[in-house]
Amino acid sequence: MPVLDTGQLYGVTGAILFSLGLYGTLRHRHLIRKILAVNVMGTGVFLVLVATRYGRGVPGAPDPVAQAMVLTGIVVAVSATAMAIAFTLRVHATTGSAHLPDADAEEPRP
Amino acid sequence: MSERYEKTGGGRVLGAMTAAFGGLFAVGLLSAVAGLARPADDLHGAVLDRVDESGVSHPVTAVLLNFRAFDTLLEIGVVLLALFAVWSIAPPQGRIVAEGAASLPTGPVLEAFLQIFLPTLVVAAGYLLWRGAEAPGGAFQAGALLAAAGVMLLVTATPFPLAIPAALLRAAILAGFGVFGLIGAATAAAGREFLDYPPAYAKVLILTIEAAAAVSIGLALVHLFRGGLFTTRGE
Repeated sequence: MPVLDTGQLYGVTGAILFSLGLYGTLRHRHLIRKILAVNVMGTGVFLVLVATRYGRGVPGAPDPVAQAMVLTGIVVAVSATAMAIAFTLRVHATTGSAHLPDADAEEPRP
Repeated sequence: MSERYEKTGGGRVLGAMTAAFGGLFAVGLLSAVAGLARPADDLHGAVLDRVDESGVSHPVTAVLLNFRAFDTLLEIGVVLLALFAVWSIAPPQGRIVAEGAASLPTGPVLEAFLQIFLPTLVVAAGYLLWRGAEAPGGAFQAGALLAAAGVMLLVTATPFPLAIPAALLRAAILAGFGVFGLIGAATAAAGREFLDYPPAYAKVLILTIEAAAAVSIGLALVHLFRGGLFTTRGE
């Protein structure tokens, strides 16, 4: 297998970021941490998108179509994050906590 | 009742399982990304070939506002949808600003800073908007700067110097999507495709859309920031 080129290196970095974000999303019970983790996942996706098109059309240059798609994605991610934070604040205002309940407490009570 | 609070170690097992799942997922994703097939199409070349007809010289702006303008129209729609969602759960208007203002620091240094900083942000937003035709920049970058100015006003509890009716504010928030959609409808009515601008008018149409979109995005982002600002005091 040849050494990774620039696009593949960034693509692999994006995949690692996505996986880290996925772990964080599943693992953390605090909603703000979950939102941050989802954003890390999104960043990984953006990196993969730009990286896999890097140098494909014009050698050594990023693809403007991929860049435009990522720019669109960033704005959507910002909007979704703002919405998620507003929902989290509402959860906190209603329940007094931005934590999801413990795994043990989620089991059906006898 | 007491068993519910006993440490069963279930959380630790769950954590190990999550970590294992994350690790396996990472390995699979890494091999998939590293081995991604290289698409044979040449989108980059296609953009560069026809960027002259787009009305702008920056390829990313050409894609965003001309070749893939429909994506950008829907993107502004997504910003609006997020804003509607935040508004639908927001507390009554005016409460936040009133409660926040009492505890905020103020003083001559802050006021003097804002007098320089806020106009600079607005001018920079206008520059980015214009510059977007030939370099990185455009409606979203300009909108982000306008939003920064708005957030500065909010967090320093500086009252906006003009009394703007709420209806006008809402109209301005919708203007970006509205102008974009109307221009699309106009090109469709003129016998072209939806959002397929005549090359001779492309530049002025793109600038019109971007100017409206920048104002809308800036206002929408400020309201996203403000609308989610919740206080539980007194509840």
